[in-house]
Amino acid sequence: MKVTVCIKRVPSTATRLRIAADGRSIDEAGVEQVLNPYDEFAVEEALRIVDRAGGEVTLVSFGPDAVTKELRNGLAMGAHQAIHLPADASFRDPLSIARALAAAIGPTQPELLLFGRQAVDGDHAQVGLMVATLLGMPAVPDVVKLELGPGSLKAWREVEGAIEAFELPLPCAVTAQKGLNEPRLPNMKGIMAAKKKTISTQAPAAAASTLVLESLELPPERSGGRIVGEGAAAVPALLKLLRDEARAL
Amino acid sequence: MSCILAIAEQADGKLRKIAGEVASEAVRLGASSGLDVVGAAIGPGAAAAAGQLGAFGVKSALAIEGDPVATYSGEAYAAALAAAIRAKSPALVLLGATSFARDQIGRLGALLDSSPAADCIAITAAAAPGAAATRALAVKVRRPVYAGKALQTLTFKSAPALVSLRPNVFPAARVAGGATKVESFAPPPPPARRGRLVERVAAGAGRIELTEAEIVVSGGRGLKNPETFARLIEPLAAALGAAVGASRAVVDAGWRPHGEQVGQTGKTVAPKLYFACGISGAIQHLAGMRTSRTIVAINKDKDAPIFKLADYGIVGDVEEVLPALTEAVKALHAHH
Repeated sequence: MKVTVCIKRVPSTATRLRIAADGRSIDEAGVEQVLNPYDEFAVEEALRIVDRAGGEVTLVSFGPDAVTKELRNGLAMGAHQAIHLPADASFRDPLSIARALAAAIGPTQPELLLFGRQAVDGDHAQVGLMVATLLGMPAVPDVVKLELGPGSLKAWREVEGAIEAFELPLPCAVTAQKGLNEPRLPNMKGIMAAKKKTISTQAPAAAASTLVLESLELPPERSGGRIVGEGAAAVPALLKLLRDEARAL
Repeated sequence: MSCILAIAEQADGKLRKIAGEVASEAVRLGASSGLDVVGAAIGPGAAAAAGQLGAFGVKSALAIEGDPVATYSGEAYAAALAAAIRAKSPALVLLGATSFARDQIGRLGALLDSSPAADCIAITAAAAPGAAATRALAVKVRRPVYAGKALQTLTFKSAPALVSLRPNVFPAARVAGGATKVESFAPPPPPARRGRLVERVAAGAGRIELTEAEIVVSGGRGLKNPETFARLIEPLAAALGAAVGASRAVVDAGWRPHGEQVGQTGKTVAPKLYFACGISGAIQHLAGMRTSRTIVAINKDKDAPIFKLADYGIVGDVEEVLPALTEAVKALHAHH
């Protein structure tokens, strides 16, 4: 089974952000960068599949050179090889990134393609389905459970008010939601083995963005911060404020 | 003549709440830009649902119905929606930022060669005189990135502009006596290689969906254990008609299902009223709820970061405050 996982390097979710002087990007000084949390679920699922069914896991990332750290980390978890498509940190829209990924992945003909459901920086939640569509692969987003059958895949996702199961013919693609699995941590053996694994570099296919980033700013500060009182005695005053001032009840 | 296409989500012939929000925003943008608004509904019941768009001032709508979209398939639905969009050549396509749009908008972007903007919280559209016919609209959107820690403003170089709107942000506006002319649209044959929906299990009846709820009651580690969480949070949520949310800490501890997690690696919510109970306010939680209209925090630590974001706070033990609050809410409702 040939499984490919796309990963991205993103600011840690615990990071406080500042806007850079250009007004269009974040100030990266002092910002901890990590493997996108949803991509961890995708990598873990790929490893479990080849642990059971045999095969190879290939990691692909489009992004700055520093992503080799996250690629190496994925190799230490157990992935077999990695492809890096170098790109600077300037703004690109989801479709241009998807085109670069699809151009690199298409010729390798994976049977299963995995993504995190969204990268927690741009938060578009589109690239996985775009790559699948560009490659003519059926796909299911936000998957919380997977079962691999002969030539097909069953994938469950949570939607508003229901859980849905889909059957897809292979090759196909899914995006991973929290709950799919518990990602493993690399062990020392994995870390040593990863040093001998290959990260190949390919120039990404050029694709122009059709979205224009006009500006990036911090959200307005909330002016709140009023303590109504202490303990249960404050409940009547709170309800009065919610009803008469906030008109929320 | 170009138009604005509002894709109205429906189930079995009934518009979903988000459809009213999307249709109303389309009508507002139609008025500001001078473009006609066309609605669209897809799947079994589409004609009945499309007919209900008149209530929001949409005067004509497509009903995309037929064998290719008789059961849900992401690929078949995207092919049908892309065909309808090509037929109407809108300058702007609006959807609600729900599971449906998450499954469709990226595919539509790839099929129509136009990168979408998802989960927007503000949009403007103005006529752009002199531009090519399909680009006769300057669309600008604002959307949260880094899970709401920053906001980006985007414009479009391609047409149509594909935009999904965050639920609960754009008000639905009903108009009296509005009627819709429904036109049926035959979907193209579905792609041969496609996924098929084979099972659908409804979540507990009467459960309120977190992302659509007008009120959310969330609990954190301050609830101490899963039993206390259920005993204190669930009755308050029931009394308020609210959905239950949870912090990442309690989801990771296995107290609550991950579907209830609010925050950067969970759901982003924007209710009218948000209760954060026993939640200190880790930055990754704040990211998921900061666009709520009114925020109430209940925490025994008066220095908890959540109090800086909250409109109203009570310093106190959840064991004492929450039962009192639940009883007071019940009494309030009994009076009405």
